[in-house]
Amino acid sequence: MTDTIPTLLLFPLWVLLAAFVFCIFSWQRAKVQAAIAVVAGFLYLAAAAGLFMEVSQNGIQVIQIGDWPAPFGITLVADLLAAGMVLISAVVAFAIILYSLQDISTARKKKGFYPVLLVMMFGVCGSFLTGDIFNLYVWFEVMLVASFVLIVLGNSKKQLEGAVKYVTLSFISSGFLLTGSAILYKLTGTLNMADLSVAIAQHPNQELITVSAVFFLTGFGIKAALFPFFSWLPASYPTPPISVVGLMAGLLTKVGVYALIRFFTLLYTYDLPTTHSVLLVLAGLTMFFGVLGAIAQRNFKKILSFHIVSQIGYMIMGLALFTPLAIAGSIFYIIHHILVKTNLFLISGIVKITNGHYALSKLGGVYDRYPFVTVLFAVSALSLAGIPPLSGFWGKFILAKAGLASEAYIIVAVSLLVGLLTLFSMSKIWVSVFWSATPESDSNPPQLDGRTLFRRYYCLLLASVFLTLCTLGISFYPDFLISFSEQAAEQLLNPDAYINAVLNP
Amino acid sequence: MNLIISLIIGVLFSASLFLMFQKSFFKLIIGVILFGYATTFFLFTVGGVTKNAPPLLSEAKAAVDQLADPLPQALTLTAIVISIGVQLFVIVLLKKVYEEVGTEDLDELNTTDKIK
Repeated sequence: MTDTIPTLLLFPLWVLLAAFVFCIFSWQRAKVQAAIAVVAGFLYLAAAAGLFMEVSQNGIQVIQIGDWPAPFGITLVADLLAAGMVLISAVVAFAIILYSLQDISTARKKKGFYPVLLVMMFGVCGSFLTGDIFNLYVWFEVMLVASFVLIVLGNSKKQLEGAVKYVTLSFISSGFLLTGSAILYKLTGTLNMADLSVAIAQHPNQELITVSAVFFLTGFGIKAALFPFFSWLPASYPTPPISVVGLMAGLLTKVGVYALIRFFTLLYTYDLPTTHSVLLVLAGLTMFFGVLGAIAQRNFKKILSFHIVSQIGYMIMGLALFTPLAIAGSIFYIIHHILVKTNLFLISGIVKITNGHYALSKLGGVYDRYPFVTVLFAVSALSLAGIPPLSGFWGKFILAKAGLASEAYIIVAVSLLVGLLTLFSMSKIWVSVFWSATPESDSNPPQLDGRTLFRRYYCLLLASVFLTLCTLGISFYPDFLISFSEQAAEQLLNPDAYINAVLNP
Repeated sequence: MNLIISLIIGVLFSASLFLMFQKSFFKLIIGVILFGYATTFFLFTVGGVTKNAPPLLSEAKAAVDQLADPLPQALTLTAIVISIGVQLFVIVLLKKVYEEVGTEDLDELNTTDKIK
């Protein structure tokens, strides 16, 4: 071993694991656990930023756990995409931990909210960094089991009903991942992603390998809520407390999208007309049916949940077009979406506190009473719909430009139409929650004036302001993020650097 | 031998999916358990199924090709542990749902899907 062991790669994981262990030792002591979680969230953010700096300056970082050489050992890899995803997950986790301080009830905290949250982040971070498909399955399971607990924590009737669908479909998706890994191992004799990339390119019988692609597409498709598999998402996501929904909506589906991008740029690139045109059709259908679902709903959280589905379509669209610009657009879109979507859910929680409801018909008058909350919502909602100069516009612009350049006119038309429909359903929330008069049917709404809201729930507002500032940052200075996305796409499309970094250190 | 094993795996997969499509909680639990078995069994057979090969070999005449690949067996152990954990979670979850909702018909778990 050389003396430059890239330990930076391990810091984000260490921080989360250590914080989890500390939380276990202070079981039932909600305040101590909250303090540990805040410190861990901050350190995780710092570690992720450090890793990101290191990767953007010195190229791909690789570490072999236990010092076994590459195709045999456990490999952790951070290329630009992985490091960027770890950083954005840390930003969101930090905001959520801040928000949860005042959002989650003490009873839920005592039942172990923070330790489970930290384990889930541990799984998310591991899934981004792993370089081995079986380890990816294990990291996915860590993340999923923790998310099962988070989604039922508190045991309300709705949470339990949603969880049945979520748990069953997630279990099936993990089974598909395992079966896909088994097929790939049988055909190539390796599980290391870089080694697989080489082995698949030289494989004499690539049609058989496409069979495993189907399993992975289904498995990750369920996790990412792609078109035929998305029914669990709107059924289960709106049920738990807002901190949990925000984190899951922001991050978990995107881990599935990340895995799809990783697999379909590194492994399954030998038969682009087949695999990627399937992806393109799925992307179009996902966008369209997701937004149709959103239009039909009349509940704040459910509209937002269906929007997640339709936005996943944009990310897969960039992957399916498979040009450098399109993949850069996908990456830009993922990062924009994580920030904006989490923030929209956080704001829906703040609106709930002011009015006590999520149903659109019972909400109203937020613009009159809380102009500040309205501004926060407007930034995120307009950004999600893609109004220039906010961040969603840049994402959609890059994707549309890439689509036109590769002459995929239908998908571009669908994506623009879906953008319009997104704006329509966002304006439905805008009109009935923010602009309309306060409904009179409410016998006893908790009337807070703006100042009291600030004083009593400052953590909620701080978290939301933090994410809004991030959104505004990438809206008005998109150059940094665009050039990052282009470099990451460049790395994904030329996997030789990745393969060399892993196999020939 | 291989034919029998592949038939068993096929039956396990189809039986588990059939059971999961039913309405009853109990059938869902059995379906989840069978699905876990089907995937782990498939993973196990990927290493090859051999018989009558001695477990200890001298280095001189290592007839490696007669032996099953041990790696999928190790992976299978990991997968079994994980899937048992999830199955236990499903059982406890469904018991809790039964207590809370008072039904064991999956079609009645639709309050979160209603538009209102």
